[in-house]
Amino acid sequence: MQGLIEFIEISLTGLGMGGLYALTGVAFVLIYKATRVINLAIGEMLMVGAYLFFGLAAGLALPWWLAILFALAGGGLLGLLLERAVIRPMLGENPISVFMVTIGLGSILVGLVELIWTADPRRLPQFLPDEPIFLGPVFVFPEPFWSFVIAAAVIGVFVLLFRYWRGGVALRATALDQGAAYAMGINVPRVYALAWMLAGMIAAGAGMLLGSIAGLSPALALFGLTVLVVVIVGGLDSVPGVLLAGILIGWIESLAGSYLGGEYEHLVTFALLLVVLLVRPWGLFGTPEVERL
Amino acid sequence: MSEPLLDIANIEVVYNRAVQVLRGLSLQVPAGEIVALLGSNGAGKSTTLKAVSNVLSLEDGELTAGRIDYAGQAVSARPPHQLVRDGMCHVMEGRRVFEELTVEENLVAAGYALTGRSDGGRVDFDLVYEYFPRLHERRRALAGYLSGGEQQMLAIGRALVGRPRLMLLDEPSLGLSPMLVEDIFTIIGRINAEQGVAMLLVEQNASLALALASYGYIMESGRVVIDGTPDKLMADDDVREFYLGMGEQGGEQRSYREVKHYKRRKRWLS
Repeated sequence: MQGLIEFIEISLTGLGMGGLYALTGVAFVLIYKATRVINLAIGEMLMVGAYLFFGLAAGLALPWWLAILFALAGGGLLGLLLERAVIRPMLGENPISVFMVTIGLGSILVGLVELIWTADPRRLPQFLPDEPIFLGPVFVFPEPFWSFVIAAAVIGVFVLLFRYWRGGVALRATALDQGAAYAMGINVPRVYALAWMLAGMIAAGAGMLLGSIAGLSPALALFGLTVLVVVIVGGLDSVPGVLLAGILIGWIESLAGSYLGGEYEHLVTFALLLVVLLVRPWGLFGTPEVERL
Repeated sequence: MSEPLLDIANIEVVYNRAVQVLRGLSLQVPAGEIVALLGSNGAGKSTTLKAVSNVLSLEDGELTAGRIDYAGQAVSARPPHQLVRDGMCHVMEGRRVFEELTVEENLVAAGYALTGRSDGGRVDFDLVYEYFPRLHERRRALAGYLSGGEQQMLAIGRALVGRPRLMLLDEPSLGLSPMLVEDIFTIIGRINAEQGVAMLLVEQNASLALALASYGYIMESGRVVIDGTPDKLMADDDVREFYLGMGEQGGEQRSYREVKHYKRRKRWLS
């Protein structure tokens, strides 16, 4: 019985992380679907979001909710800026060049953050409720619990937006066929900008949640590496795939970390990546003819 | 004659900075009329339409000479989505419906053509469903699951949503059964007559296109080789033989063995 309760507790913590993987994965897929750019700077965008929140809430002593709003806006702005200044001039270039540019972008963002806030680890101001949560006999850490709830809500809102909002239709149309989208009178460059902006906001939000669980340091950007595993396992161009893979990998990672030891967390994740790449290189739900790099 | 709605003057188009596809092509489309643009595969018909709707750059093509005016203004200065918003709708070859969107969502996406119009931006679904009742029945279905004919209806319906002044139609008969082709062409004729939409119709099926059009151009290797009213074109021996599939002497049938030599014979001496 005790073993079972422990298993459920570990699983629920894993789901908490899984929610964040799924959320960041959605940001990644949003950019990939709309603009066909593999954005390896997603982890760094997430980290910048967390630092923005830190700077506003701890540095400028803004109330936490205002700091969150500004940090989200800042994340969106960062996405817009990256798209306009760096990605758009690369349009039509070799996908590998664009992909390399995003790696460079990531390094620049880390450098900027270290210049401003140094590389020392910090503590994010508490904004999630911290009373322990008991589901019957099962204890759940409050931070993973609330970040899962928030991540799920945000994902839900976005799924509804994609489905029913006119701009969501434009986004999906552009993702499916750029040329035809132009022929519908859709301003395709603006859709690109929109995709990057939304992804920037989602990443910033995920960054704040992650920072409140794991603490704040530039190493937060490494989260992007696991997100890359998530999107490859789920399928680069599939939102449902990424949601499922995010939850799955969060769960597996947590199980491996608890039962095998912390050093196995990434071993298991990347082993899973290897298996998926061997068996279904396009991911669980991706489109098989997706261009592989 | 008043100024044409679309005026193409001596355009040249080069792909990849290497392949010249259009070599000094000129044509006009007057407001409210259907003009047919005919020619064999690779003559540059689709390229002409892409030049008009200013989407060449998406395929690494470039307008190197000449001028295209739509409604009195050069198209090159306007991005493709702006041209659509100005009332020029391009129904692309191969239909290009958004397969993972429903029929209705396809029409919603097409509603972006109405951005910035003075008459408000509401999508007139009923207008589309009136011409294509079949689309109304299938409005909740994913476009990818429609039949070829239904997809073509949707492609034309999407253009209709934008309440265009000029429609560029690229091979609406492609891959459809003869019955459906006839239906589609009837509706195209009705749209022209009832909505006053001018059309530049690219087709391989010359007899159908000429039956509908008020003027026709025939192009080969990137330039217009002969043009005129449908009557004049239908009476032309070369046109009859190569595009309408009728022999020179009173509709005599030719065997395919002879047609094999068309390469030698199919040169315009104009």
